Amino acid sequence: MNVLLAIVTGGLFGAGVFMLLRRNPFRLIVGLALLANAINLLIFTAAGLTRARPPLIPTGAEIPPENMADPLPQALILTAIVISFGLLAFTIVLFSRTFETLKVNDFAEMKERDE
Amino acid sequence: MKPLLILPILLPLGFAALSLFFLHMRRVQRLLSVVGMTSLLVAALFLLQFVWRQGIGVVQIGDWPAPFGISLVADLFSAIMIVLAALMGLSVSIYSLADIDAPREGAGYHPLLHFLLMGVCGAFLTGDIFNLYVWFEVMLMASFALMALGGRRLQLEGSVKYVILSLIASSLFLSAVGILYGLTGTLNMADLVGRLSASPVHLVNTLAVLFLIAFGIKSALFPLFFWLPASYHTPPVPVSALFAGLLTKVGIYALIRVFTLLFNQEAGYTHSLILIVSGLTMITGILGAVAQNDFRRILSFNIISHSGYMIMGLGLFTPLALAGSVFYIIHHIIVITTLFLVSGVVRRLQGSLQLPEMGGLYAQAPWLSLIFLVAAFSLAGVPPLSGFWGKLILVQASLSAENYLIAATALMVGLLTLYSMSIVWGKAFWGTPPDGKAPVRILTIRESVPYYLPMAVLVLLTIGISVAAGPVLTLSTRTADQLLDPTAYVRAVLGEKP
Repeated sequence: MNVLLAIVTGGLFGAGVFMLLRRNPFRLIVGLALLANAINLLIFTAAGLTRARPPLIPTGAEIPPENMADPLPQALILTAIVISFGLLAFTIVLFSRTFETLKVNDFAEMKERDE
Repeated sequence: MKPLLILPILLPLGFAALSLFFLHMRRVQRLLSVVGMTSLLVAALFLLQFVWRQGIGVVQIGDWPAPFGISLVADLFSAIMIVLAALMGLSVSIYSLADIDAPREGAGYHPLLHFLLMGVCGAFLTGDIFNLYVWFEVMLMASFALMALGGRRLQLEGSVKYVILSLIASSLFLSAVGILYGLTGTLNMADLVGRLSASPVHLVNTLAVLFLIAFGIKSALFPLFFWLPASYHTPPVPVSALFAGLLTKVGIYALIRVFTLLFNQEAGYTHSLILIVSGLTMITGILGAVAQNDFRRILSFNIISHSGYMIMGLGLFTPLALAGSVFYIIHHIIVITTLFLVSGVVRRLQGSLQLPEMGGLYAQAPWLSLIFLVAAFSLAGVPPLSGFWGKLILVQASLSAENYLIAATALMVGLLTLYSMSIVWGKAFWGTPPDGKAPVRILTIRESVPYYLPMAVLVLLTIGISVAAGPVLTLSTRTADQLLDPTAYVRAVLGEKP
């Protein structure tokens, strides 16, 4: 399972970076989204995978069972998802506004201009 | 003590929320903005006094004991940075009263300013590395909005570059945090100290370099600085002044924090790397500045170049060198913000910031010229101004560490800074304006006060630091000693555990 997830994470990272290197703004946004998901999986995998032992304390017990899944990475990922969602939304709006104003659809045509 | 540590986060949040209620009442917003920044500055000064007298202050949020909850930690370094942040916030909010137009104010300029300050203060205070990431994002979100606010063509172009590079830096930072958690099982910085020294060295070094790259993009170090001169000259002047003074310094703060507290095991490797980066940052930054023609771009390249000095002390990693870094940060934040604020008045007076289109400022505004001259000389390190003392400490530290190359670089870059500032002086302040230029504007008294008051105060502060270099050095030395002794930090956060 670890190996499989590592491969998936690596694949997502690769695809994300590839898309980031495109000249088209839309592809760049896809790249950012892929990268965000790759990182979520990275946090999940790096923290160690536990199968079918949810971090829940059974009724009546005082302490959680042995070897339960670590709930912290899940909390981290949840936070990261919310943040990356917000940032992505902002980026999309910014890009659509920018490229509407500039009337180009290619980063290479966005030349350095002075005022 | 508890409220003192939380106030620098709560005050900006409160005032930002409050001024959102008065979005269409300009007067109220402006009043709230200045009052909010003033109260933040007062709270910050109390915090600094508290930390100076009683040592490191810690608050466990929600009363969760240390490694489990989020800790807020204020040591001298954090407290100094918060005071500087509040001071810059106040200066910029006063300056904005004259320089920000009504549509921007109506779109929420002042609340965004406070949100930015909240993120910055949070990043300085947190003792948890994931929480640091969250504060970075708060700060970034506010800065994105501030940079794009107004939606002018040039501004949008700058924002796109800034946003993409910031997002990539954040991604790297978050990946590093994820791997760090996988390696150690904790995210509390104090708890990490012990666990990292028990971890395999090669993994720790890999992580250290990942953090170096992530924070290196944030603080615009060589070779990752290219986004800064492409974007910092595009937003309104008060915004770029605040960014110049604070944002890259948050990256520098994070670098110094992480590389004194967490990654100090293999100083021979990581800190030599930082030293090399610092030298290259200084040189490439200043060479870029010399080649520019836009006032604010010259200043932007100077930010990059002088970030090199701030991490030079970290790279040398001796008590004196680190004290030099802290001294340099205090000096640089004040001076570079002043210079950016000057550029705003220059634009109002001359209608342009392109050097070939400018001239005759000295005759037009002698006081402004004086402010620029003092700040520029201080930036270049002309004795007896504050930049001179900062460079002197750093050069002395590198000489006593027998690192002559970096000492020579630091001195040469100081000279080149003087050269780049003299280009601005010669063309904009002394030269004659080109023919056929529209008549220049004169500021009314009502406009002059909010423009000149913050600049005058900041310049007086620079001169104050120059005169009272001794006490400031004492403060920096104590800060450096605190930074170099992680055990005190760990004890303050985790309690008296072995």
